[in-house]
Amino acid sequence: MISTSAQPVIRMEGVSKFFGSFQALKDVSLNVNSGDRVVVCGPSGSGKSTLIRCINRLEKHESGSIIVDGVTLSDSRESLNAIRAKVGMVFQQFNLFPHLTVLENLTLGPVRARNTGKTEAAELAMRYLERVRIPEQAEKYPRQLSGGQQQRVAIARSLCMEPQIMLFDEPTSALDPEMINEVLEVMAELAASGMTMICVTHEMGFARRVADKMVFMDHGEIVEMSPPEKFFSTPESQRCQDFLQKILHH
Amino acid sequence: MKRPLILLGFASLLSGCSAQWGWYVVNPASPTGMTNLQFLLSGLYYTVLLSLTAISISVVTGLLVALPGLSDNRYLRSFNRVYVELVRAVPILVLILWVYYGLPQLTSLTISVFWAGVIALALSDSAFQAEIFRAGIQSINKGQYEAAHSVSLSYPDTMRFVILPQAIRRILPALGNQLVYMLKMSSLVSVIGMQELTRKANELVVTEYRPLEVYTVLVLEYLALILIVSAAVRWLERRMQTDERN
Repeated sequence: MISTSAQPVIRMEGVSKFFGSFQALKDVSLNVNSGDRVVVCGPSGSGKSTLIRCINRLEKHESGSIIVDGVTLSDSRESLNAIRAKVGMVFQQFNLFPHLTVLENLTLGPVRARNTGKTEAAELAMRYLERVRIPEQAEKYPRQLSGGQQQRVAIARSLCMEPQIMLFDEPTSALDPEMINEVLEVMAELAASGMTMICVTHEMGFARRVADKMVFMDHGEIVEMSPPEKFFSTPESQRCQDFLQKILHH
Repeated sequence: MKRPLILLGFASLLSGCSAQWGWYVVNPASPTGMTNLQFLLSGLYYTVLLSLTAISISVVTGLLVALPGLSDNRYLRSFNRVYVELVRAVPILVLILWVYYGLPQLTSLTISVFWAGVIALALSDSAFQAEIFRAGIQSINKGQYEAAHSVSLSYPDTMRFVILPQAIRRILPALGNQLVYMLKMSSLVSVIGMQELTRKANELVVTEYRPLEVYTVLVLEYLALILIVSAAVRWLERRMQTDERN
């Protein structure tokens, strides 16, 4: 898969989102091309998570438009199903199903939502477990795994739905430091395979290595958007400079 | 640990059978005693059948009432509130009388004693089940819904495969409670002539004039039944936990 499409696969225009009277997103516009690896960063409460949660309709935006691969997000069931089929998501807290084995976690979606046969779904699941390098854990329950392993299972679970776009919502923030790398490795491999990815993360080493577009958000706005070389060396806005100084200084 | 104590108590009651006690009425060694004992025990069938039928219906009804209570829709939520508040406010005995004597006038249906009992018990219990389910479902982390959403599960599938299996594990002790409660409340159906444990005991008291002994046996019958239920629920709890942990 090589990104040649000129048409953006995600097109957000003038998107606003409120929680009560608090405005989490202010008139945000963002285009993502097929195969793009976008890293979104910014201080907590800046709207990063809300931004990506709007893309798969975990949050409803109040104004503006979001078009994902030709589908305009709305309340209609068709658009919701279409979006969910195209977009996979990995959460900060993994959100694995604790009462199901790893294999069952992976096959539930394909079997119930895509009518994949059980054997076929299991084969698919094993293929992705191998890709995240934990095929030997297939029969275990999530709580028997380490945090890093759980997050890799969550990534595999998303991939089993064969999405076009993967969203990562602070995938390493809940992990012990020694487990962060194993998850980032898997994500880097995924990026190398040409997957369109939007990652909310504070892992700037990963961003530098993998991203081809950096987005900095603050107070619900996209303050800066540039390729990583420029973003890390010569950030334009003062807010972005301050932020980078804080997180790169430890 | 408790069982030997109970047996000891029972034995001491039997040993004291002289002046006030007349255990001969239920003494399995004598033919009349044996017949009486069998008569008392014959109520077991309807007590168990009535309670199990009623709780099966009330669990399903309770779940169906709980789900609208969790909806974003205001009207669905108020349906849940009205149902729970209304049904919960009626005493079970009143409900039994109303269903058995009142409902046939309203609908010109004749309802058997058994089904009147089942309907009254199930209806009354369903309001409590609805609250138990609501609490159980609400205790499940929002992330579980989001994960189900992100792997494209429909709402019924999300409930069936993700939320309810976890919620039921959590509410199992409460469901066990309700089953015990149901077994005890089934004794009230004796007032409309249901041939269950309490009714049998009442009938025997009328012919034998030994309320102390007969009702003591009745107490022990309920006790035995409920200890069995408790053990079963506890076994189920353990089994479901090892599912997740082993």
